[in-house]
Amino acid sequence: MDMANQARIKETAEKYGTDKVVVILGGAEAESAGLTAETVIAGDPTYAGPLTNVALGLPVYHIFELKDLIDPQVYEDQISMMEMVLNVEEIITEMSDIRSQYQDG
Amino acid sequence: MVSKEFFADKKICILGDRDGIPGPAIAECMQTVGGEILFTSTECFV
Amino acid sequence: MASEVTKGGSLVNFPVIRATAYVLVHAPDILMGHGTTITMERVKNPDSEYLKALPGHLRSFQEAVGYLPNQVYIGNAHPRQLTDHPSPWYQHPVEPRTQGRFGQILDQAEFYGLMKIADSFNLVELSAEFAASIKDKLPTANLSAKHFAQLDRTRDLQEIEEMVVSHQADGLYQDGQLVGCVREAHDTDPNLSAHVVFENLVCKASGVLALVNLLERFQIDPKEIDYIIETSEEAIGDMNQRGGGNLAKAIGEIGNCENASGADIRGFCAGPAHGILSAAALVRAGIFKNVVVLAGGSSAKLGMNSRDHVNKQMPVLEDMIGGYAILISENDGINPVIRTDIVGKHKIGSGSSPQAVIQAIVADPLERNGLKITDVDIFAPELQNPEITVPAGAGDVPLANYKMIGAMAVKRGELDKSELAQFTTSHGMTGFAPTQGHIPSGVPLLGVIREELLQGKIKRAMVIGKGSLFLGRMTDLFDGISLILEPNQGLSHGSELKLEDVKEQVRLILAEAMEQAAESLARR
Repeated sequence: MDMANQARIKETAEKYGTDKVVVILGGAEAESAGLTAETVIAGDPTYAGPLTNVALGLPVYHIFELKDLIDPQVYEDQISMMEMVLNVEEIITEMSDIRSQYQDG
Repeated sequence: MVSKEFFADKKICILGDRDGIPGPAIAECMQTVGGEILFTSTECFV
Repeated sequence: MASEVTKGGSLVNFPVIRATAYVLVHAPDILMGHGTTITMERVKNPDSEYLKALPGHLRSFQEAVGYLPNQVYIGNAHPRQLTDHPSPWYQHPVEPRTQGRFGQILDQAEFYGLMKIADSFNLVELSAEFAASIKDKLPTANLSAKHFAQLDRTRDLQEIEEMVVSHQADGLYQDGQLVGCVREAHDTDPNLSAHVVFENLVCKASGVLALVNLLERFQIDPKEIDYIIETSEEAIGDMNQRGGGNLAKAIGEIGNCENASGADIRGFCAGPAHGILSAAALVRAGIFKNVVVLAGGSSAKLGMNSRDHVNKQMPVLEDMIGGYAILISENDGINPVIRTDIVGKHKIGSGSSPQAVIQAIVADPLERNGLKITDVDIFAPELQNPEITVPAGAGDVPLANYKMIGAMAVKRGELDKSELAQFTTSHGMTGFAPTQGHIPSGVPLLGVIREELLQGKIKRAMVIGKGSLFLGRMTDLFDGISLILEPNQGLSHGSELKLEDVKEQVRLILAEAMEQAAESLARR
């Protein structure tokens, strides 16, 4: 995850409260999406960025997971084609696993 | 799974991926879900 | 009516791709000193495990040259050979040939010599011992004696060390030893700092290397070149004009292109595609006959994903500075043409969803010309080496692009979903280019495409350049350009209308009209 984005998320959580902030991801690969999710929940696992040892516990979702909540036409125009390109199942499973592993409840 | 109501009062941070789903595309989608989008970014690793 | 003027094909004489050159420079010490992933880490985390481990993951010149993707880049192997080559490729070296059909791989030490040759302001200092050790090894073609003489101007190593220590210069290191430096061009102007001058000279020198390889390997007289377009991502200037530019002309000067002028085109990674588009337009309009589009590489991007490579016990693969040069010329009846009538562009209003991007760049120009996505035999989008990007979590970028193009074809009913996987192999290539930003974007495959069009192996190719403009924080937009390449159909009958032909046509038209008038009068 980009260092600058780590800092931005940290700042935002400090300003609005960790119960108000939600992170939405668009990562292409399950592994990198999982890493980003873990970072905003439990802290930077690579100990490289501003979220090192900072566990914000933020709710985080990949956009693929929110398909049912999004206006179908908008989803069709913006996202649908990428369902043929990316490994949707792998990403959704990884996100779920990371949340179970690192988030309370 | 999470519901639309959950997002209604939330502040949303979007981390898009140039080779996945870019930030603006996610933003368009989240606008139909709810919540306030605080920032949208797109990462590029190549 | 008979059409004498259009006999033999279209009137339009499209510009052609006459020559292609690709070069690489092995630059492990430059990586350590200027790759931003490394320099940023030194600032934030100077004691990190990553920095300690990094030197142990650097490749030797032999290893870098024997790396199959690098051999592919300079034209010694076809990209399709990567499919069957045992992986990981870095553990299965091939014959380490420094010269290739399209170019060469240069050693870092020799590259420092080239930086000195390319330096017009005595900012590069080399120690006498070092200069002597490399002088005989440098590529001599198209580099004149006056440029070579630069290597005789050396500096005492102690003085070089003092300049580096006092931050008036950035060191040039070979195997960790100081052998020279690049001085600041001004003591307070931040845009002429040693670091900026260093980056610019790396780009200039690798651009020069690409140019001289182009001229030499395709036996082109430098005097033939009318215009040069440079498409890297560097900004050339001082504090009052930070991106003034025209590295193109600076490069052309070292390459002895005395009849050329030039300019720089900037478009992030889509720069080369914009450059080729402009060059094609200049030639098509008859303004110039021979336009070179080129760019050197980036020292900043070296080792960009090396943290992940080190973590995964891999060698650092991003140790190569890339360069390319393409010659676009007026139609010669032989070389493959650039169809200046089938151009794709991502418009400001196109939208930034992947679908909208592919629609605008790939689907729209084909549709406007009655073509399907499946009518294009080979696509050349971004061609980054997946062995570099996959371990860093960035995926296989060329493959993702091919999947998106295929997915678009599926959405348009031109392809069945079950054929998508096959499409990516039959219409695509495995990536092999270094992650040097603008370098992998479409251009690396032009050498192969040109040859296969000449050999009749393929009938149509599309080159795609895409740019992440949002990185500059001036816009959130993407950008992209696509161009179609096809075999030459032979020159049409004169690119100018012959007056006799026009008069004959007018006579025929008048005769027909008079006949019709006479008939209609007779009927009344």
